[in-house]
Amino acid sequence: MSRVDWIIPASTPPGVAATHEEGTALLQEVCWQIGGEQGTGLDSTAEVFNTVCSRSGYYVYAYKTFASRIKGGHTDFTTRLSVNRVQAPAEGVHLLVALDQETINLCAKNVYPEGIVLADTAINPALPEGITAKLVTIPFNEMTLQLGNPMMRNNLVLGASAAFLGLPLQGFKDYAAKRWGRKGEEFVNLIWTAMEQGYDYVSTHWPGLKLDLQPSDGREKLLMTGNEAAALGAVAGGCRAIFSYPITPASEIAETLVKIFPKVGGVAVQMEDELGSIVACVGAGFAGVRAMTATSGPGLSLMQEGLGLASMTETPVVLVDTQRGGPSTGMPTKHEQSDILAMCLGGHGAGPRIVLAPGSTGELIAMTAEAFNLADNYQCPVLIASDLALALFQQSVEPEEAALEKLPAIDRSSIADPAEVAALGRGVYQRYNKADGIGITRRSLPGMTHGQILATGSEHNGNGKVFEGTENRVYMMDRRLGKVRKVKTEAVRYFGSENADLVLIAFGTTLGAAKEAQAKVEAATGKKVGVLQVRLIFPVPIDEIRAAVGSAKALVVESNANAQLAFLLKGAGFNPDQLYSLLKYDGTLFTVKEIVDAGQVVLADETHFLVTGGGLGVRATIDPTSTLIAKEA
Amino acid sequence: MATLAEFRTAEKAWWCPGCGDFGVLAALQKALVELGVEPENVVLVSGIGCSGRMGNYINSYNLHALHGRALPAAQAIKLANRELTVIAAGGDGDGFAIGMGHYMHALRRNVDITYIVMDNMVYGLTKGQTSPTSERGFVTKSTPKGNIEKPVNQLQLALASGCGFVASGLSSNQKQLVELIKRAIQYPGFALVSCYSPCVTFNKVNTFDFFKSHLKNLDEDPNYDRHDRFRAMHLLMETEELVTGIIYEDREPVRYEDQIAGYRAQGIVNQDWTMDPALWEDLLAQYK
Repeated sequence: MSRVDWIIPASTPPGVAATHEEGTALLQEVCWQIGGEQGTGLDSTAEVFNTVCSRSGYYVYAYKTFASRIKGGHTDFTTRLSVNRVQAPAEGVHLLVALDQETINLCAKNVYPEGIVLADTAINPALPEGITAKLVTIPFNEMTLQLGNPMMRNNLVLGASAAFLGLPLQGFKDYAAKRWGRKGEEFVNLIWTAMEQGYDYVSTHWPGLKLDLQPSDGREKLLMTGNEAAALGAVAGGCRAIFSYPITPASEIAETLVKIFPKVGGVAVQMEDELGSIVACVGAGFAGVRAMTATSGPGLSLMQEGLGLASMTETPVVLVDTQRGGPSTGMPTKHEQSDILAMCLGGHGAGPRIVLAPGSTGELIAMTAEAFNLADNYQCPVLIASDLALALFQQSVEPEEAALEKLPAIDRSSIADPAEVAALGRGVYQRYNKADGIGITRRSLPGMTHGQILATGSEHNGNGKVFEGTENRVYMMDRRLGKVRKVKTEAVRYFGSENADLVLIAFGTTLGAAKEAQAKVEAATGKKVGVLQVRLIFPVPIDEIRAAVGSAKALVVESNANAQLAFLLKGAGFNPDQLYSLLKYDGTLFTVKEIVDAGQVVLADETHFLVTGGGLGVRATIDPTSTLIAKEA
Repeated sequence: MATLAEFRTAEKAWWCPGCGDFGVLAALQKALVELGVEPENVVLVSGIGCSGRMGNYINSYNLHALHGRALPAAQAIKLANRELTVIAAGGDGDGFAIGMGHYMHALRRNVDITYIVMDNMVYGLTKGQTSPTSERGFVTKSTPKGNIEKPVNQLQLALASGCGFVASGLSSNQKQLVELIKRAIQYPGFALVSCYSPCVTFNKVNTFDFFKSHLKNLDEDPNYDRHDRFRAMHLLMETEELVTGIIYEDREPVRYEDQIAGYRAQGIVNQDWTMDPALWEDLLAQYK
């Protein structure tokens, strides 16, 4: 039985977009969208658009709608570009480029009333009833035929888009020359001509119709997906092996590494399954090499026994989980953050694990590099809770976030000194012993004389031999679980107002929308609002979280149906009277508005559990974590 | 050079008296000594089962992995440090039931490791159930009316999957088994040594005597050409795999390691992993 008292409408009423102002004022941000049939080169058109904007200093957040099929079917790419850092979907679209009528039917409703729908004259487009955006057409098809190359349609589109948005065409031309220069001057000239024709067509026909964007700070940004960031961070952190099995949306991590590894002597193996992938990582880790795997929900489920082996043998392993809709096959191309409990507590028995969560693509670079140090130094699996939107969507990265000197240096201090081990003589070295305060012994590696050990998933004694004595069992369990209770890392980050009335708790992709919502909730309520990013999900950094929240109401915003982080917070002893929850599990990202709405509700009354999505707005729900409690019928 | 004593551990093996696995362990230790390999440069990866205990009794580096998953770990260890001698060891259940998915792919991948299987045609550690190599009609606790499934033919599977070194031995024929293991370790690629290793407690059919009277020994056939893959397959079908010796050896093996782009002669673990700033800038340039 679900109780729904009231619903806040999900859709934005027309014309309320805070960023879109009429008159001559320049826009701080613009949302550009292109839609058409899958497999017609829209992805590369969007990629060029995004890259050029990023090169000219704008912050970009680019996302897409796609299906689990290769050709055919509708697809659309959306780019939010701004003079401020943005990491959440836009509230509406300023310029929609529609290459077929289906795109208009599906997407025109998101275009602001003063926005523009640009379509090909050849499709004879019509706006659905009630849409007041301006429809303009350009004979893309005819112009493409005259240019004599079907690829030129997308360059005409880019030129026309630049004109509408007031972006200098030179940036597009420069990038085209860089990207296609090897195809010869003639080809580049043709692209330039197409871009100019598109640009000029708009300037000539609609000289007054502009969505002029404020100039950027001119500082070139990097533009990448989270999967690319994870791969870069891994290789910077000393990772030299990836063992993985293809899965949406994680595959690009291995695909990026397999291109980089020949330059550094690494190896990427596409394994036969996830069972093998994780155990291969344990093998490489046992041999002393920094190895990782990358997967999503179904793979994580299969890897649980192997993660237990890593915990039990105290072998470093790094796993990136790009979460998607679950359980089972779930929704492979849709966003969710529902593997949190499986990452922290999955599998049988109890073993040490560390779970980290990045809040942006840029952060993922350093965090992945750091994960390898943590895995090595705490001798246990480290899991990175990425998610589909982080994994696949392009996001601007500040140059400082990718600066090599700012990334964690490779720290191998928990590897034993071969000379010291050899000096011990035969059979003396103890692999599993409390050699220092947190119960971590410097480990020997194959090849070290007199460092021979047995690493076994069976319970064992100090030198690794199988042993099930009761006293030994308690000592070993306590030592293994105890060592991760003092993980040295930046566990939380706080943004927004100090001494807040409301703190939004978020991680992963959700953090971007929460940070944007923060000021809006303050503006709407006059209350003080903060945002707490939980970077160390497990073991739960409860002291840091309590200190950051103070006496505020804590609203945990997460993309799953059973409030997994909120459940962990409860279990860690966070005051349930202070704990509020906003959930979404319809496959789409949180919008800023949804979080603003929920923030207002929480500040206004004592509704603890909220849900949004599925075509309905923010609404009350029963305690979602109570799915763990049997209820009366 | 290491002695046999240096490959032994203080721990006494808990296998049943007369277990075939004693002979396989002894042959492996002897082969390593004769090859002049130092114990610290050997990694033995074992699966779960009676044979999985092997790592407790050999003074090498040992990783006692999950049930069925010795091969993924062993391949990764070799790729991580190709300077090591890597042996994977396990039983018939471990390799050909729960681990079958890894077996096929390790065979075709051809990483330079040696896989020793102790085949007793029964589940011993769980106290007597049918195994993937049990013969039809074999009576166990899980097949009280006799096994109605056909056995896995692991040697034919190996040949069919492109394995370049396929050998079969018997635990009690030490002289031959030591030689097979030595040749397997020396072979540059994935080498299989499947050993009949009788279970004296739960298999009263496929005993030492059974194997002594049924096995065809290729060492006694001077005309057998171990480089002829078709002949090898024919032999295995003909004998129902009741054969010992080197069944097939590829004359021109190409290791997985030798085909990896940019893979280096030095073990990865012994390389400097510090990121070169110029390379880093190159990598970042793709995102500008």
